[in-house]
Amino acid sequence: MTPVLAASSILELLQQYLSPNAAYLLAAVLHAALVLGFFGVAPLIYIWLERKVAGRIQDRLGPTRVGGKFGWLQTLADGIKLIQKEDLCPEAADRMLFRMSPYLVFVASFAAFLVLPWADGWIAQNLDIGLFFMLAIMSLEVMGVILAGYSSGSKWALFGGMREAAQVVSYEIPMAICALVPVTAAGTLSLMDLGRIQSGPFLNWMIFHDPFCFIAFFVYFVVATASVKRAPFDLAEAESELVAGFHTEYSGIRWSYFFMAEYASMFAVSGVATALFLGGWNTGLGLEETVLAGWREAGGPWYLLANLLGAKVFITKGCLLVFVQMWVRWTLPRLRIDQVMTTCLKYLLPISCALFLGVAIWPLAVFKLTGRSTLVNSLKVMGTDIGRPMSERSFVPGVPQARHAGPVEAQATPVAPAPQGTDRAGAELRVPAAPTLVPAAADKVSSS
Amino acid sequence: MNWLAQQLDNLAWMAHGGAVYVFAAMAIVCALAVVFTHNVVRMAFWLILCLAATAGLFFSLNADFVGAAQLLIYVGGTLVLLIFGVMLTASGPFLQMRTKPGEMVLGGVVGLALLGLLLSSALAVRWGERSPVLASEVVGAGFNPVAEGNTTRELGLKFLGASSRDLKTGRGELSAGYLLPFEIVSVHLLVVLIGAAYLARTKRRKQPADSSGDSRSAALSA
Repeated sequence: MTPVLAASSILELLQQYLSPNAAYLLAAVLHAALVLGFFGVAPLIYIWLERKVAGRIQDRLGPTRVGGKFGWLQTLADGIKLIQKEDLCPEAADRMLFRMSPYLVFVASFAAFLVLPWADGWIAQNLDIGLFFMLAIMSLEVMGVILAGYSSGSKWALFGGMREAAQVVSYEIPMAICALVPVTAAGTLSLMDLGRIQSGPFLNWMIFHDPFCFIAFFVYFVVATASVKRAPFDLAEAESELVAGFHTEYSGIRWSYFFMAEYASMFAVSGVATALFLGGWNTGLGLEETVLAGWREAGGPWYLLANLLGAKVFITKGCLLVFVQMWVRWTLPRLRIDQVMTTCLKYLLPISCALFLGVAIWPLAVFKLTGRSTLVNSLKVMGTDIGRPMSERSFVPGVPQARHAGPVEAQATPVAPAPQGTDRAGAELRVPAAPTLVPAAADKVSSS
Repeated sequence: MNWLAQQLDNLAWMAHGGAVYVFAAMAIVCALAVVFTHNVVRMAFWLILCLAATAGLFFSLNADFVGAAQLLIYVGGTLVLLIFGVMLTASGPFLQMRTKPGEMVLGGVVGLALLGLLLSSALAVRWGERSPVLASEVVGAGFNPVAEGNTTRELGLKFLGASSRDLKTGRGELSAGYLLPFEIVSVHLLVVLIGAAYLARTKRRKQPADSSGDSRSAALSA
């Protein structure tokens, strides 16, 4: 086994050849480049898919000519057309803001990808507060849209921008509360830890954790669709009333930045939904604790293979959700702006608050009524019991996982390989388990 | 090869340290741009960049929670500011705002006072005794941001009255923690929010059933 294949992360790989500083810098650059690659390629495919889906739903064929039978290269042809168009700036526009705002949208949309968990240990930046960061970043994207609407010097664009502002400021609230529902159930904000909790059979996914999480998934998905301004919530660019809304005055490559960001954001919110509710990179077949665990222990190329499968599963789940967003767009009519606001403030917001309250009470109620911490305590599927309480699952957030000493010894030590930033110094665990500490601490407080 | 690795290491070290200076410079330049711009929306734009650069400073110093909070609260707050700026102040498109000389003097005095305060407190720190910890250095030194959770886990433990340093030494002494003050402040904010909503909503005139009905019918008949 060559050491190149033994590394479980890019950082670990580079650390074999470079000094820590250089490895860290290069790993950061490579992570950003990989994510940027996905960020660039995914919209290419999604825009093609959107045309195909729209076509099929409207009983048409969609693109059929460019690049073979299914029009695979249609988006590329569009891109080439857009690049060679003139970069127009209207006479009435605020030139500086007009030129800057597409980049603002683009950058905000890209930054959201930094904390998406692709597979166990594969994440561009593993933050403890990944979800919080994600919500913060996604609220920035609307900034560019509002500035674009304002700076265009056009009534249509201004209306579009203002609508977008009103819509996003309202929809941010139920979105954050809905995202908190599975977080409350799982007890961690880290998207990587959330993925690890949901390993095993699909009943371990957070969506099946309790009825509140189940409903919260659908509410989140509706709100997320609105927050990336997709139909039926695309009031910012309502073609029937506002020409093209906030991007009426844009053309060429700047216009295409808005679209790249929109399609990339569709995947970003779908990725968050996947990581929060749908098991992240886990197959849901119980493979993680049987077959894949063996692969991970074997280390080297097997570890890579297990993670590649995980990334594949994650992207597939995300793409399915993106497909549902397209399906909804070409099926449902657009709402009016007052209906959009009513939906959010009168229905989605109270629903999400009730769900949040419910999920906080759920474990107490179940314990009080049944004496167990879950409803399905002893159900066995395929040899592994499902519906286990959080504390008995193979991964518990806050408890540091044992780390293998180095990439080369990975074969010998049958423990879960660490994500990036692996403690290469050795097996010493630096932080004692926080959740186990707390009851002891509470005892001390009550006794004193 | 060895020489190349050394150069790369130096470059990386400079890049890490440099990130802090780049964000700091960006924050200063954008803050100055806020002051010297006359257009409300451009001001808001520069303010966003300034606040985002400050968040970048936090991120590059491993304080990711504060950084994300900065993005969510301040940049999100600027968003609302921007909307009000456009909706309430601009009677025409791209309104220019001029500051009066009196305001300039007043602002200058306040700014200089704040600068003096900040400088005096910055100079009071003995910087020689504290070495800033860069992300790459802590990785190299075996510090594990994943296990130690940057500042977030520390913050969470502090809420419960513990700290990871105590846990390492195994003393296990607990202080009161910050959870109760935090809850009190958040309930206070909720009260303020409800109060603001109550004050800001349009008041419907309450009409007593008899008298108003009478007067209206009287007015109609008259």
